[in-house]
Order: sequence, then structure tokens, then C-alpha cells
Amino acid sequence: MTKLALSDEILMEIEKPARYIGNEVNMVKKDLESVDIRYCMCFPDVYEIGMSHLGIQILYDMFNKREDTYCERVYSPWPDLDKIMREQDIPLFSLETQTPIKDFDFLGITLQYEMCYTNVLQILELGKIPVWAKDRTLDDPIVFGGGPCSYNPEPIAEFFDVFYIGEGETRYDEVFDVYKDMREKGATREDILHTISQIPGMYVPSMYLVTYKEDGTIASFEPKYDDVPRTIIKEIVLDFDSAPYPEKPLVPHMKVTQDRVTLEIMRGCIRGCRFCQAGMIYRPTRQKNVELLKKYAREMIANTGHEEISLSSLSSSDYECLKEFTYFLIDEISNNDVNISLPSLRIDAFSLDVMKKVQDVKKSSLTFAPEAGTQRLRDIINKGLTEEVILNGAMQAFQGGWNKVKFYFMLGLPFETEEDAEGIPKLCQTVAEAYYSIPKEERNGKVAITASASFFVPKPFTPFQWAPMLDPQTYRDRAHHVKDTFREQTNAKSMKFTYHETDVSALEGVLARGDRKLNQVIYDVYKSGAIFDAWTEWFDNEKWMAAFEKNDIDMNFYTTREREVTEILPWDFIDIGVSKKFLAEEWNRAKQGIVTPNCREKCSGCGAAKFGGGVCFEGKN
Amino acid sequence: MKVRIKYTKSGTMKYIGHLDVMRYFQKATKRAGLDIAYSKGFSPHQLMSFAAPLALGVTSEGEYFDAEFNTLVSSDEFVRRYNEQMVDGMAVNDVILLPDNAKNSMSIVAGSDYYVTILDRNSNTEDGCSDDENNLGYSERKTKLLSLVPHLLKKETIEVLRKTKKNEKVEDIKPGIFKLAVVEDKIYMFLATGSEYNLKPESVVEALCKEAGIEYNKFDYHVHRLETYMKNEAGELVSLLESGTRIE
Repeated sequence: MTKLALSDEILMEIEKPARYIGNEVNMVKKDLESVDIRYCMCFPDVYEIGMSHLGIQILYDMFNKREDTYCERVYSPWPDLDKIMREQDIPLFSLETQTPIKDFDFLGITLQYEMCYTNVLQILELGKIPVWAKDRTLDDPIVFGGGPCSYNPEPIAEFFDVFYIGEGETRYDEVFDVYKDMREKGATREDILHTISQIPGMYVPSMYLVTYKEDGTIASFEPKYDDVPRTIIKEIVLDFDSAPYPEKPLVPHMKVTQDRVTLEIMRGCIRGCRFCQAGMIYRPTRQKNVELLKKYAREMIANTGHEEISLSSLSSSDYECLKEFTYFLIDEISNNDVNISLPSLRIDAFSLDVMKKVQDVKKSSLTFAPEAGTQRLRDIINKGLTEEVILNGAMQAFQGGWNKVKFYFMLGLPFETEEDAEGIPKLCQTVAEAYYSIPKEERNGKVAITASASFFVPKPFTPFQWAPMLDPQTYRDRAHHVKDTFREQTNAKSMKFTYHETDVSALEGVLARGDRKLNQVIYDVYKSGAIFDAWTEWFDNEKWMAAFEKNDIDMNFYTTREREVTEILPWDFIDIGVSKKFLAEEWNRAKQGIVTPNCREKCSGCGAAKFGGGVCFEGKN
Repeated sequence: MKVRIKYTKSGTMKYIGHLDVMRYFQKATKRAGLDIAYSKGFSPHQLMSFAAPLALGVTSEGEYFDAEFNTLVSSDEFVRRYNEQMVDGMAVNDVILLPDNAKNSMSIVAGSDYYVTILDRNSNTEDGCSDDENNLGYSERKTKLLSLVPHLLKKETIEVLRKTKKNEKVEDIKPGIFKLAVVEDKIYMFLATGSEYNLKPESVVEALCKEAGIEYNKFDYHVHRLETYMKNEAGELVSLLESGTRIE
């Protein structure tokens, strides 16, 4: 039995010791003597969040299929343990073998949201790995970053040795082979990183030099050596059906956020909403073969014993075999002992039938994400959903017995006017009226409409990457105005409106489109005691404000400033397939309120076709 | 058909709480492909109930749960299929078929027996610098505690401070102690468990410490449950396995 890194006394004192002991069902065990490469995979948040992430399960399974490699895991110690580890000088350890993460060849950190950045520094510092990449030696692991936030890695570039740009399934074998070979030959760390920088998709920040203009924008971004690529093309899995998938995923002992089998049915999205980063960076859309999915569903339920199965994709209604696959799950998998957890679907006869079969109509609600209150603004953001579609869907559902509706909106979208904001309560009122147009005896009591608004954050690699963000006060005023307008509606009593906090959104705005100057800010925030910024109970805006001030950095430079299309953006060295020219055209069309058709209706020539697969070639072979 | 399953929880699994152990066995039962029965409705759950919850940090080789199955396999097959699905530290020891009118295990539990090991926590330090004073303290403490075991039961009352959710009160725990002895450097204790009267082994250790004039620290002792008992018709304490018969 593995000797634990933490003493009995510590484990009995802290919250949820199960977070730190490993030994989960399907955990991989290997003899350390028989492997050459040790990789520690990290999700920089608490265990329950990290264990719910599909990407890590995919890579964990894939790495461990290599005989010479042992992939283990580490998550952020919760503040109670963080304190004890600092007091007692206990180095951060992996779950599988309970050994210090400093002893690994690689530490791979997935970056799913900006507010985890201070947790990255916590992992490094508790792991006794130098926080700044420049201070590391051959005795330290090579620190990899990956995931959506690595599409603009600049704010954290100096803490990482390498960023893997794109989908993880494609290039790690090459990285491992190169590393193993060079270590055997006694290469220096610098040489190893230099060679890795020549592998497609690998961005080694230390191999590039950034200079700035007087106004703070980027003057130049150049590789330091001739053989280091100027542009990094994102990695993408083209043969989606042959891509590895974890058929024996880890099953945690404690209750985690996603305690279920997750099946990725499709990667990418055909829709092209102009605010959505995922819709651009995962282009082109690729679907998984439905027969393969059926096989995975059977095997994964058998291998995990999970009692729930869910589908993962950006827009499940666009998966072409959704009907066939959903009915298969209901008829052949659910079998009274597996719940089918439905993704949010376009409301139509099919989805209502499915919802009726797998949920209790009285308890479940309809979900719509119009994102904006008026058609004008929905056209600007290229959200295809119309009021007519919403009303039709809602009416069908109301007649089927539903009476709860959830709406998701954003506030602070580019070109948003007061009228657009007021459109949110008005749309809710229209839906309420539609409900009460049904004769009393045919409807199910009162309607309950919940609308929630989040603060729009412009993201890299979207047509809105040049857009100014509202300042928090204007956003708050707008949210209050919407709330007041809700009160004026005839059916105000049937509606509830909530909106998100602004401080965190403003910081996300800074970090999402930030540059290398922010590394020192993040370091200072961390040093002032910030961790778990993604958790309301631990987030402390004051610490961030103090660090901006100390470094003489104006948040507005990153948030409220409108960028010229000609400006060199910090992430311009990455090529996601979708061209900057296309994004600029989309930015222009947004200004004019012109809708762009989705990938299946008509190709708009975004550039992703150059990868040679996915929706761009559907029906063409 | 109702079945009773006896299992072991040891090693690092002692840090897994009771609710998580329940979820663990739900998933293990499904992975093992055993034909467990489900409740009806929109969120069906496995018909499974656990006997006596084990505190975090305690290990056991005498844990039980009852479960309803639609079809059965032999006891040996049950054990084999479960054990194919176990992680380190968990094992299924035996399976019996209960008569239709059997009461569920939780309601019949009347006693448990334990080994309590007195730990030398300083010898576990990895840096190798053993603290002489403390080590001496350990063996003295151990000798003293073990020597007091026979005396404790001779007392008319054994009073300890028991904490409930609402208040604290001094209580005589003697009626809850069925047996107390020293076995191979460990303290063996057989105590009342269950809804009628429940005595934790920690309370007995605390009483011993009080008797010895030693400050009680829960990390100095490891508790291991050996078996869980019920009363048979003659009023004797017998293993929960006595409720039924093995499936051939």
C-alpha cells in the first residue's frame, strides 16, 4: 500500500481528506523503475473541480498507454491544507505515488479560466519549483501549459516553459521522444526547450522577444533564433474517430462536480457567435461517429459503474445523429439505472419528447440563451435565435405541461443601447403573455421565468477581440436599469432577474486580452496572499487593485480601450486557422448588424478549411 | 431477494467517509454486473442499506450492508465478482442470503469488537531524528495503559465526558463495555453499538487515559473494528452473518 505524503494527524484535521489520497477506481499504477518519463498532470483548482474535467482524463489515459511513461495527477490543495503545507514545509505531491511534483520530468497545467492563474503559482511554489521559468534548472520539471487560456498565454508566459497550443491528442509523443533522447545525451535545459520549440504547436515563450511602443501596445514580437517559428499553428485532431478516448475513466470516491460518464459527441461549433471564443478556436467542427459513441457509452458505464451519462459539445443540437444517439441512450442504456443528463437543446418536438422521457416535467425547466434582448443586437452578435423561435418553442413546451423557463443573457455587448437592455425584460414579458394565452385548465399553474445576465468579456480570436469592454460602474448601472424595467412588466411577479458580479469580470477582461507586462502583477497578487480567485469566498479584489497600482498598470488599457484592427495583439503569433482577416470582416459586419450564416448553410471562408477536415468537407468525399 | 454483504475497509480507504463508501459500493455493484434491484420513480436508486457507520480514520474487517437483488449468483461468485472491482484497501469477505422476513442490518446491530493499537508516532518520522524523550514516553505510556486495562473493569462506574451535538455530560460507560482485555500489546474491546446504546472505542481509550493520568490525543491510537454483532433469539451476541445462509 502506498505511503501517504500527509500524516494521519493532518489528514484527520483537514476538510475532505479524500482529495489527497488517490487510489480511485481505474487509477493507473506503474512501477517507477520501469518508466523513463514521469508526467504530472495538474488542474489548478480543488480536486472536485479538477476531477470533473474531461481533457485531463483523455490525456491521462493516452500518456499511460505509453509503456515508458507514467502520468500522475495533482490538484490545488484547499486553503486549509495550503496553510499546513507552508507551516510544516511539506512539498506538493502527486496523488498516485504521493511523491513530490518537483521529481517529475514534466508538470502539465491545464488553463481553463483566467481566474486560476494565482493557483498556478500556488502549485509551483508548494511544489518547490521555481515560479519564474528563467530560474529553473535540469532538476526541475518542464512546465507545460495547455487548454483554452493558452490561446493568449502572454499574461502568464514567464511562469511556463512551454505552451501546447491546440488539442492535446496530437504532439505529445514527439515531445516525449525528443525529451527522452536529449536527456540520455546529456543536453542542457535550454537546448531541450529550443528543440521542443520546433515541434508544431509548441510555444516556448523564452525563445521570443517582445518590444513595446510608448503607448504600451506591442511594437514587435520576434523569435530570438532563426530556427524558432514565427507563427505557431494550433494543433487539431482531424481523424476524430481514431482519437484516443478514455474508456476506463477515473472514478473518484468523493462526490465531484461532474459525477458521471461524459461523452464528447462533437468538437467545434458551426454557429459563429461573435462573442464566443470556443466557437472559433475549435474550428472546424468535427463529429464523432454515432456507432463509436454507442460503444463508448456501453463500455464506460460498465467500467465506471456511474449512474449518469451526459453529452459534451458546444452545441449538441447541431450533432447530426443526435436523435438516433439520444433514443439509443434512452432505450438501451438508461435501463432504469442510468440517468440521461441532457445538454441544453434547441426546443422543438424532438427535444420536448426526450425531456419528457428523462426528466420530471414538473421539476425541469426550458432553457434559452438568446444572449441579447433585441433582434438588432442578436444580429450584431450573430446569435441566430429569433423571438419567433423562442415563442414557438416555449408554446410547444407550455402545452406539454412545462411552466419554468430559464433565459441567459449578456450585458455590455458591443453597440448595446438602452433599448437593447430593456429588451431583456420585454422578451420575458412576451413569453409570460404567451403562457397566459393558454386556457387556464390547460396550463400548469403559474409561469416562472428566470433571467440571468453575465458581463460580456471580449476574448482573443473572436470578432470582438478589438471591442472595448464596459467599465464596471456602467455595467452595474445598466444591470440596475434592467432590474427596474423588470419591475414595470405586467407579469413582473412571475419573473426573476439576477446578474453576475462585476469585479471578477473586469479582471477576466484584463487577463483575457493581456500581455507579458501582467506576469509581474499576477506574481505580486499571489505574493500578497491571493489563491482560489475563482471562488467568491476567497476572491479579494483589493489585492488585485493594489498589484496594478504597484506596477503602475491601468486596467483600462486592457478593458475599455478600443483596439485598432492594425494593432499587434499579444496573441497574433498564434494561427488558429480562422484568419485575422475573417475576424476583422466579422467585426465590420457586426457594426452593420449583418448576420453570417453557419458553416453548414454556407461556408464563409474563415480559413479553418486549411486543416483539411471537419465540417468544411462534409459531404464532399 | 435480500442479501447481506460483509466487507473490509482498510489502508488509505479509512479516509473515505461513510456516504462515499455507500456510493463506492453502488458503483462497484454496477461494475460487477450484479443484478441489483432499483427503486421506482424519476431518480431510481439501488436498494441498499448499511449497518453501522464507521468513523473517519477507523479501519474494519467486519462491515456490512444489505442489498436487494433481482437474481442471485453463489456466495463465492458474489465475492469473486465484487473483489475484481475493489481498490486497494477494500475487499468483500462474505455474502449470505437473508430470509424474506429478515430485519435490515442497521436495526439489529447490537455490538462490535475492536483492536486499539497504541501508536508510536515519533518512530514514523522520515528524517530519522528520533526524539528520545518522546520515545521513552511512548513505551511508558503503553505499559501504563495496558496495565490499567484489568483495573478499569473492576471499577463500579467508568465516567467520561461525552459530547453530543447540544451539550456535554458526564456519563458512566461501563454498561456499554462487554469485554476489555490486552491481546498481544493491543487493547481488545467488545462494546455496545447501534441505536439502543452506542459506545465508541475512543471513549474507552479516553477513560483509560484518565485513569493513567495521561492526556488523551486521538492520533496516538488506531482503532480497527473486527466484527459487528446482533443478538440471536437466545440473547447472545453473534455475527451479523448468522442471519442467513451462504448461497451455494
